[in-house]
Amino acid sequence: MPGKVAIVAVAQNAGAESKDNFYDQAYVVTKEVLDKVGLTREDLGTIVSASSDIYHGGISCANSYYWETTGAFLKNASRQDGESLFAFFYGVMRILTGHYDTALIISLCKGSENPENDACTLMYTDPFYTRGIGLQETMAAAFQMRLYMERYGISEEQCAKVAVKNLQNALGNPYAHKKGRYTIDDILNSERIIDPLTAMQVAPKSEGIVAVLLASEEKARELTDKPVWFKGYGSSLDSFYLGDRDLLDGQLKNAAERAYKMAGISNPRKEIDLAEITEPYAFQELLWCEDLGFCDTGKGGEFIDSGVTQKDGDLPVNPSGGVLANNPYVSRGLQRIVEATLQLRGEAGERQVNKEVKTALAHGTHGFAGQCHAVAIIGS
Amino acid sequence: MAKEFKTIKTEIRLPYELAYGATWTKFFEGMENEIIYGTKCSKCGRVLVPARSFCPRCFVNTDEWVETAQEGTLTAWSYVNYSYFGQPIKPPFIGALIRLDETDVDFLHLIGGFDLSDFDLVRKTVKNGMRVKAVWSDERKGHVLDIKYFEPA
Repeated sequence: MPGKVAIVAVAQNAGAESKDNFYDQAYVVTKEVLDKVGLTREDLGTIVSASSDIYHGGISCANSYYWETTGAFLKNASRQDGESLFAFFYGVMRILTGHYDTALIISLCKGSENPENDACTLMYTDPFYTRGIGLQETMAAAFQMRLYMERYGISEEQCAKVAVKNLQNALGNPYAHKKGRYTIDDILNSERIIDPLTAMQVAPKSEGIVAVLLASEEKARELTDKPVWFKGYGSSLDSFYLGDRDLLDGQLKNAAERAYKMAGISNPRKEIDLAEITEPYAFQELLWCEDLGFCDTGKGGEFIDSGVTQKDGDLPVNPSGGVLANNPYVSRGLQRIVEATLQLRGEAGERQVNKEVKTALAHGTHGFAGQCHAVAIIGS
Repeated sequence: MAKEFKTIKTEIRLPYELAYGATWTKFFEGMENEIIYGTKCSKCGRVLVPARSFCPRCFVNTDEWVETAQEGTLTAWSYVNYSYFGQPIKPPFIGALIRLDETDVDFLHLIGGFDLSDFDLVRKTVKNGMRVKAVWSDERKGHVLDIKYFEPA
């Protein structure tokens, strides 16, 4: 790589419903992330925001409205619609041009204000072939879950274990929206809204304004004693029509392979110390662990049974509680970067894992059954 | 104590007019006439259904129209038993992916034709791998629901 890029500060707001105004909230988080390193708005180089008009349509055309809340007044800045990890990578690239020494990446989603996620994701369909059937993300996930269980003999209990683990991990996360101590039975006996998924295996809709401040190597050394370095990134997008795809052979493998190659990782299971991944449906954490190369194909159930992914395990997955605990739809990918950064810096508070974390993985996904995936590797 | 602020309720309704173009037009004319059209990729030879003007993988035109079978195999399904805004079908219903015979992708549609109110019965009846066939509506208007649903064959 031509140069190094560091994460120098992160900020986020809490996921539970608040009656604070969206415009104010975005300003507060932007201000917080700049203040953490003493950077003024004037000094800030460039800005990439992430949001989605499907979620914000009720308030305005998203970025025209919130533009100045992100410090973007008169700046060279732009906005990414959808997956916020894409915005992260655009920010990295802007630093690598050599023309900016700082870049703010900010993702905005106020889930308490938008309709239920399924109403929003229904609009991901096309009005000709698929919307008339009522397809949305949760239905696509339910298809995928049944196939996953049938093809590999994964049990409903193993899927539910993900929710048990993540909601318990979230007890240590002051930003998490949903949290608690539950049993596998609690998860499986929650309302069977869309078989085989039960309500507690589906992520909530949460608030999340999430900011990551990037800097060039030279600037990073000036701004912080604890830079977290960008190591690698990969993404991959599958075709639009669900029926064209093998729902169990998706694009995360490609995205991960690209990120590992850039980061020089050959054995992810050994070289990655911690992962924050996007699992809006409990079983997906198991499937994504396979696709990330943490365990063999079809072994996601045994992998969680082994305890490796627990907060005190050898490869903690979602010690923050993940997306089942906090799901600001657009912001969830970038929030994984924030959580991984806090762990690398030893600043994760009660959710800090016991082991030493030198290399961490953040994953984001958007669309039906993982139509698009993005993976970022960061390290101390 | 935190002050509780007011909220405003609003709804956005915007009219759009979206073009079918040649491929979609022919597909839906087929539906009106109880025909399911697929198109065949000139490179990989896959039959794509519903019809597409090009193959997303090979990125070449599909050059042949195919009247597909109206029977096939259930490949994925879910029993939807809750409501969401904009939902076009009243729950409970079964969303499904169906591999029509002699085609190479799955067709998104519904499973029906039996009592859906009893979930235990549904779970006994509906299995991935089961054979299903299209049931047409008496009143067809060039819409994806000109097929009412696929029923167990």
